[in-house]
Amino acid sequence: MNRLQTLFQNKKNNILSVYFTAGFPKPETSVTIIRELEKQGVDMIEIGIPFSDPLADGPVIQHSSQIALKNGMSLSKLFKELENIRPEVKIPLLLMGYFNTVMQFGVETFCQKAAALGIDGVILPDLPLEVYEERYASMFDSYGIVPVFLVTPGTNEERIRKVDNLSKGFIYMVSSASTTGTKSGFHPKNIAYFQRVQSMRLKNPVLTGFGISNHETFTQACQFSQGAIVGSAFIKALQSNGTIQEAIAKFVASVR
Amino acid sequence: MSYQVNEKGYYGEFGGAFIPEMLYPNVKHLEQNYLKIIESESFQTEFVSLLKHYVGRPSPLYYSKRLSDKYGIRLYLKREDLNHTGSHKINNTIGQILMARHLGKKRIIAETGAGQHGVATATVCAREGLECIVFMGATDVARQMPNVEKMQMLGATVVPVQSGNKTLKDATNEAIRDWINHPDETHYIIGSVVGPHPYPDMVARFQSIISAEIKQQLLEQTGSPLPDSVIACVGGGSNAAGAFYHFLNEPNVKLIAVEADGKGLETGETAATMAAGRPGIIHGSLTLLMQTDDGQIVEPYSISAGLDYPGIGPLHSHLFKSQRALFIRATDDEALAAAFELTRMEGIIPALESAHALAALSKLSFKKDETVVINISGRGDKDMEAYRNHMKNIKNKEQENTQTKLSLNNEDVYTKGYTFPTDGTLVDFRKVTGLYIP
Ligand SMILES: Cc1ncc(COP(=O)(O)O)c(C=O)c1O
Repeated sequence: MNRLQTLFQNKKNNILSVYFTAGFPKPETSVTIIRELEKQGVDMIEIGIPFSDPLADGPVIQHSSQIALKNGMSLSKLFKELENIRPEVKIPLLLMGYFNTVMQFGVETFCQKAAALGIDGVILPDLPLEVYEERYASMFDSYGIVPVFLVTPGTNEERIRKVDNLSKGFIYMVSSASTTGTKSGFHPKNIAYFQRVQSMRLKNPVLTGFGISNHETFTQACQFSQGAIVGSAFIKALQSNGTIQEAIAKFVASVR
Repeated sequence: MSYQVNEKGYYGEFGGAFIPEMLYPNVKHLEQNYLKIIESESFQTEFVSLLKHYVGRPSPLYYSKRLSDKYGIRLYLKREDLNHTGSHKINNTIGQILMARHLGKKRIIAETGAGQHGVATATVCAREGLECIVFMGATDVARQMPNVEKMQMLGATVVPVQSGNKTLKDATNEAIRDWINHPDETHYIIGSVVGPHPYPDMVARFQSIISAEIKQQLLEQTGSPLPDSVIACVGGGSNAAGAFYHFLNEPNVKLIAVEADGKGLETGETAATMAAGRPGIIHGSLTLLMQTDDGQIVEPYSISAGLDYPGIGPLHSHLFKSQRALFIRATDDEALAAAFELTRMEGIIPALESAHALAALSKLSFKKDETVVINISGRGDKDMEAYRNHMKNIKNKEQENTQTKLSLNNEDVYTKGYTFPTDGTLVDFRKVTGLYIP
């Protein structure tokens, strides 16, 4: 059983996953951030691979990506930083980024390297389901890398079922028609969509992401799914005064 | 070899729709409906009628006697510069605004670089009475003020984009992000044959009127519908796609695409994607792309804001890879010289973009008397500042040159003409124009 399956078997609710952009706020802070997040009881971590043109991201993650690139972050650098992350860190680690950086690295080399370092899954929002299925599914499988797909308020039932069938870890439910960190709070329309997905009784657990910024939105999301993902709000918190450790402890406590 | 998009949205290995799931419903809906809509009688009737009565089509195919004599060819200029709003961009925006109406969309967004596509979009939105939001890099807003003011007068909201490098690529990112945030009511009028499938094919179809007319006009003027060569500049590639479209399956017609080479490939300040790019993903399309080894998209450079794009439409990547089209490069200086040559010899001030296509005349060797068509994609009004600076430079250099008694007279270059090598050797226009006499 892999780390993701173990997590979802042991914990059915209130799962907190945190996203951060590798290389932000300073070079070589990834390991510190991961360690501290685990220490503060976060259940899962998404490590963002910075990209020059992050289409699905709002201003906060765009900004963090730009700083990260200025700090010299790249996929090969990130892999080097993560070399000794296992076995010290026990919780699931995912990589999240745009497909072009992975493509230029070489998709197979990427899977190989990620698997060797103990990465559990990958989220590539601009890699379409169909292309994944046709070209990469068996490759990801053979390295034991779990793909995570997004569903949105516009995704129809048939397609959600398809996502459910292709998924092996969890489903990333995007809370609203939005880029990351753009809309906050949930409208009745969002809630109706959460209920619609919930009532489908999917095989895979569902985590809600986009627009989860504080305790209120986190608990609300947890009513309709197994947990939630926080990104932009955490990136903002990392920019506060004091040490990274302090910022993380304070932030996680405020969300839980 | 097929040059049409296949049912999965690819031209050979290029194309596809690499978009986040948030955009999937909109793009899928468009893909499932665009052909049906375009081919419907009501769409065709209105499209053709608007192109005629509103845009002013057919645009003339003009035989350029003086340039023909100079280069020993038979040169025809396709006058897209005479269209309403001053470029070929309007062919596409007319098509897409009708598409938006058929899809029931009430809010229009667009990206723009030079502002030509923005103006063409704001124009059709004004006519249709639809809300229009144009994303434009803050850098471009500053350097293309007249077009910004036109868009505003037309009732559009121009959003200066502050992200990234603040040019066309970033404006396109921001338009896509806006679409993600407003999926239900919005149609995105993309300005070139770029973006996710079906955009490249849809835009190419709307622009294909250019080559349809060229065929007809050549037949009338020369007795044959087929030229020997067709030349067009390429930014994203829409005017070239339109000028090539009906010749793609005519192997005897040479297709020549001219990319902007900025200050020259070796300086790194270039926008010549074919020379500097590798396959990668930009704005939802797998295509040739200027990028770092790590896959970060790099900022291109060209004097021409409309050619300043790090990617290229997937159709063109396919034409390049399959060698159906020849891709060459023209630098800023070569384009400026070509713009002045056309202006002084034919009384036509071309857009800087189109000037890159004209620069091909001096860079290539042609068979004697072969029939060459150059697509003049737009007019030069928007580029007067660059042209004014160029004239000033010439004047300054002239004065310096007279002082140091180096007497290369630029007037001679432009008015009497310069004999260019016909063997394909590259001409250093800096020497020709006397700008850099040591
Ligand atoms: C006059 C003119 N020509 C050419 C272009 C380049 O676009 P494309 O390659 O899509 O024709 C532009 C773009 O702004 C333009 O304004």
